[in-house]
This record gives sequence, structure tokens and C-alpha cells, in this order.
Amino acid sequence: MTDLKVTGLRVARQRCEVLHGVDAEVRAGGWLAVIGPNGAGKSTLLKAVAGLLPYTGEVTVDGVRLRDLPARELARTLAYTPQNPVVPPQMPVREYVLLGRTPYLGYLALPGRRDRAVADQVIERLDLTALATRDVGTLSGGERQRVVLARALAQQAPVLLLDEPTTALDLGHQQQVLELVDRLRRDDGLTVVTTLHDLGVAAQYAERMLLLVNGEAAASGTAAEVLTPAGIAAHYNAHVEVTTGPDGRPRVHLIRPAQVRAEQAEVPTGGSARHDADA
Amino acid sequence: MPTRLLPRRAPAPGPDGPRGADRDARRSARFLPYAVGTVLLLGSVLAGLLVGAADLPVRGVLLALLDELPFVHVDHGLTPVQYSVLMEIRMPRVLGAVLVGSLLAVAGAGYQGVFRNPMADPYLLGAASGAGLGATLVIAYSSADSVGGVGIVPLAAFVGAIAGVMLAYALGATAGRADGTATLVLAGVAVSAFLAAVQTFVQQANVDELRRIYAWILGSLSSIGWDELALVAPYAAVSTLVLLLHGRLLDVMTVGDEEAAVLGVNAARVRFVVLLAASLATATAVAVSGLIGFIGIVVPHAVRRLVGGSYRRILPMSVLLGGAFLVVADIIARTATAPGELPIGVVTAFVGAPFFVIVLRATRQVGL
Ligand SMILES: Nc1ncnc2c1ncn2[C@@H]1O[C@H](COP(=O)(O)OP(=O)(O)OP(=O)(O)O)[C@@H](O)[C@H]1O
Ligand SMILES: [Mg+2]
Repeated sequence: MTDLKVTGLRVARQRCEVLHGVDAEVRAGGWLAVIGPNGAGKSTLLKAVAGLLPYTGEVTVDGVRLRDLPARELARTLAYTPQNPVVPPQMPVREYVLLGRTPYLGYLALPGRRDRAVADQVIERLDLTALATRDVGTLSGGERQRVVLARALAQQAPVLLLDEPTTALDLGHQQQVLELVDRLRRDDGLTVVTTLHDLGVAAQYAERMLLLVNGEAAASGTAAEVLTPAGIAAHYNAHVEVTTGPDGRPRVHLIRPAQVRAEQAEVPTGGSARHDADA
Repeated sequence: MPTRLLPRRAPAPGPDGPRGADRDARRSARFLPYAVGTVLLLGSVLAGLLVGAADLPVRGVLLALLDELPFVHVDHGLTPVQYSVLMEIRMPRVLGAVLVGSLLAVAGAGYQGVFRNPMADPYLLGAASGAGLGATLVIAYSSADSVGGVGIVPLAAFVGAIAGVMLAYALGATAGRADGTATLVLAGVAVSAFLAAVQTFVQQANVDELRRIYAWILGSLSSIGWDELALVAPYAAVSTLVLLLHGRLLDVMTVGDEEAAVLGVNAARVRFVVLLAASLATATAVAVSGLIGFIGIVVPHAVRRLVGGSYRRILPMSVLLGGAFLVVADIIARTATAPGELPIGVVTAFVGAPFFVIVLRATRQVGL
């Protein structure tokens, strides 16, 4: 129902082009992980799709060009969480999540009972009930990240763009949040685009991947196609080992470079013990 | 593209007992501040009517006020002189104080919302210096006292305030790119400095009018009568109403222009409308009272400590407490050095600054 299609996307920031014609396609209910080294243009891609940056090229949802949609309509179609959200100085979590209902409210209307019900339900699903009356500004980084996600979910938009949604989350919450997004995707047919730095996690959840390097698509396809040791070594300048898990998806392990390991092996580990013996 | 997200099942009804009681408690907690604010405002108005050079009996004043209500007729027992002191001198002045205090406070809250900065005040964009220049120009050069029955100084102050803000907005909004508020503030600072320089120049060229100019700049409520009130009431009503209606949108704006856009809100447009209304409110207040400082910052700030950070509550509470604050300040201005009168702007700062410190200290302990 809600295919997202990006064609020939070019974006300039401060007159310097950072995306040089990127194509991407996510089918309805699909999950695309945008990966790539720092500064590759992942956030820029998401922002442009969200309508926050001027671009040339086309972004369509179900064949409708997003730039033709009025702002409120767009906000009901597409929810976006930024990599660095702005935290309001003094606002309880419940009110903050309720902001997600803004696209459904008339210019001067106030949120109604249904809006509150939706917000409360999202809060519950994201395990935030205990924090509902706390000020957003007083939350820990991970708590805040879940609250921002809750606001996006309260938008009930069929397309979800999440820029690094799990960077600040502990393992348990990371899994919980990604599982929730995955469940929404499968149950309700949400179309999900996330940037993710953890390639292992990206491989576990995303159906398809787009590897951006210097503003261009260096590879795209299934996780197994994109995540090759050679590709990662070339584009990330990192040493990894890629194995295949029982689910057929690749597992990515960070490996310390061989010569570092060799050097460490030469340093006797019992150094301090010998000092003690001398004394 | 309606995707039902979470509420596949109906919203949890929840046990009615504790939750219902909880909601009732929350609702009354929400209305309590307004009740307190209204009581404070009415109390200060009554005090303002009672206190002054001529002694008025409390009972007579209350009855006379009752008598003014539609369909109520009581014998108040005030002498004609007392009655005219009450109705022709004190009443317009107290109502003027309510009006000016409310306008400056709610305008200040609006500016703070737009600029996402609790230190913004209604004079930030050149309203004060524009009004100052306008008033100084006509005091110095105009021979007429009024045009079409409207006092020329208020008129010039009003026009000057609006012109100052418009100039700053035009400069700031065209120069700014992404998040427009920073350039807007800079433009406001530049315009204010420039207009203030011109005003000083005009003032120095007309030293014989210095006293009148200073009296205007320091602010006064003594020139407000029923005519002035009737003249500015429509502007006050419209600007206040527009500001009050934008509380929710100002709350959305607290997440920044970009995230507001993601939520379907055009931050630049909201900013324009709110600035327009707040500047109209400021110009209206300045026209009838001169430059009264401090209210626009101190009242919204105190209010924020009392009712939290939502502009849906800050704006109406600022109306109530701004009015009450200026009435009290005016009582002090009239009585502290009676039969003389202190400039009201001096009193607001003199009372406001310590009050501000007390509010900051008192609320820090409850962790707001
Ligand atoms: N506001 C801006 N003005 C100018 N250049 C920018 C701006 N924002 C980002 N850039 C540049 O655009 C390029 C892409 O940035 P982007 O934020 O999209 O990277 P990213 O892939 O999300 O990186 P990261 O993994 O660090 O989040 C970078 O070179 C960055 O320096
Ligand atoms: Mg990024």
C-alpha cells in the first residue's frame, strides 16, 4: 500500500552537493536500513525525504509526489525522528508524545480524547508509563530516545523514517524498540527506513540495505549482498568478519587488526605481577 | 493512507474508580491556578479602587460596583464627589493598569514562545525604541495635540512601535536562513540601537522638551481615561485573543522549526502571526502608558514557575497576573510618595526585581 520510492535524489547543503543522485525503493511493509560511514549523507537522505531539505529528484509514496502534499498531509503520511532531537526545556513526556497528534489537529484545535488515548497507548507500548509525568529534559539519553520515537509513532503515519533510533539504548531496550518497529511493520504494514550504525543489528532487522558512501549508493540489496568483508573494509576502513547466522542473515563481527593482536601478544600480561615480586 | 497503528483494540477503558478520581484531581489541579489568578486580579482591582488620596468607604465602593452590574440596582450611599472620584478617576486608571499589565505580560509570553527564550521581552524587536522615537518626534516638533480626537503622542508611539518591529522583522526574516530566530533577534538589536540613537539625537536637539519626553519614557498611567480605554480596547482584545489561541502551536514550536515542520506546522508562519499579535499588544500598551519595563519578562517567568512550561497555560495566566501586578505597582506608585507620584516604570522594576528573585528562590526548592 505504501511504497516509498526515491529517484535521482540530489541534495546540496550550503551550496555543496552532499547527495549525488541516490535511488532507493522500499516496498510497503518493508524495512530499509541506510548504512555508511560518518558523513556519507545518511541523515541528509532522511531529511530530504522528510521534506526538510530542498532537493532535486523525486520522492514518491504510492506514486504521490511528496513535494506536492500539503504540510499536514505530509505529516500524516510520514513520521521522522532526527538524529539529534531538540528537547523542549519544560514539557512532561505525555505532552511531548501528544505533539505527535499535531497533524490531525486543525490550526487552532486542541487535542481530544482520541488523541490522548493514542498517545497513552504508545507510551504504554514503549514502556514509558513510569516516565509519563517527568519532564523530557530530565530524562536519560536512552529514555529520551524512546520518547522521541513515541512521538513519531503517535503520528500514526504509514512511513517511518528513523535516524539512528537506537544509538543511546541499552541492549534490552534496543531489542525492544526494534522488535516493536518490526511488529508494527508486519502487523500494520508500516514502511520503515532507518539509518543504523550497528551493521549486525541492521542485518538482523532490515530486509534491504543501502550502503551510502560519499553521497552515492555504493551498494544496495539484501543484507547478504551488501555486507561483504571486502565492501566493509573498503568503505568503512574497518576489519570485520562476516559469518552467516542460522536465519541465513549475515553476522558482522568487529576484529582487531592482525598486527595489533600480534603486538599485544608480545607484551607479557604478567607485567605488574613481576613488579610486585621485585619489590 | 489510513494505517491503524496501535489502537487495534479499543483504548483501554481502565478501572473507573481510582483513575476517575485521579482525573478529577488532575482537572481541579489544572483549574486551581486560574482561580487563584482571578482572585488576585479582582482583589488587586478592588484595592486599586479603594486606595488613594480621597478616602472611599469600602462598603460604598462595593455597592457602587454592584450597582454597575446589569439588572442590579442598589443604593451605594457615596456622595457625588466620592462617586465621581471612583468612576471618573480611579476606575479608568485601574482598568488601564489591568489592560497595560495584561498586554505587556501576554506579549512577553508570546515573544518568549516565538524565540524559545525565557529572556525575550516585548521590546526585543524595536517596539520600545520605535515608540520612543515616535513620541519624542511629536513632542518635539508637533504643534497639534491630537488628530481626529486621538492624542498625538499615543498615536505616534503606537505607529512608532509597529514600525520598529516591522523594520526589524523585514531585516531579520530576509537575512535569516534556517532557524530564523537568531537573525531576527540580531535585527531587533540593530534596529533598537539605531532608533534609540535617532531618538537621543532628536531629544538633545530639543532640550526644552526634555522633561515631557522623560515623563513619557518612564511611563505613566495617569493619562488613561474612559476615552483612551475605549479607543484601545479593540486592539487589546484582538491581540490578546490571537495570542491565547496560539498556545498549542507555541508548544509545538518548542521542538524547533525543523521538527515542527515534520509535525505539519509551518513555524515561520506561526512566528509571524504571534509576533504580529504580540507587537500589536505591545504597541497598544505603550501608546497609553509609555515604556513600562520588566512586566513582559517577570510575569511570564513567574507564571512559568507556577503552571509549568505549556503556553496553553502560560498565556492566560500571564493575562491575569500581568494585570494584577501592574495594578499593585500602580498603587505603590500613587501612594509611596503621596501627594507626589513615582513613575510607574520605576516601580515595576523596583518591586519586580526583588519579587523575581523571591519567585526564583521559592520555586527552586520544589524543583521546578
Ligand atoms: N547543515 C549543514 N551544512 C553543511 N554541511 C552539512 C550540514 N549538515 C551536514 N553536512 C555535511 O553533509 C555531509 C553528510 O552529512 P550527514 O549528516 O547526512 O551524514 P551522516 O551520513 O548522517 O553521518 P553520521 O553517520 O555521522 O550521522 C557531511 O559531509 C556533513 O559534513
Ligand atoms: Mg547522521
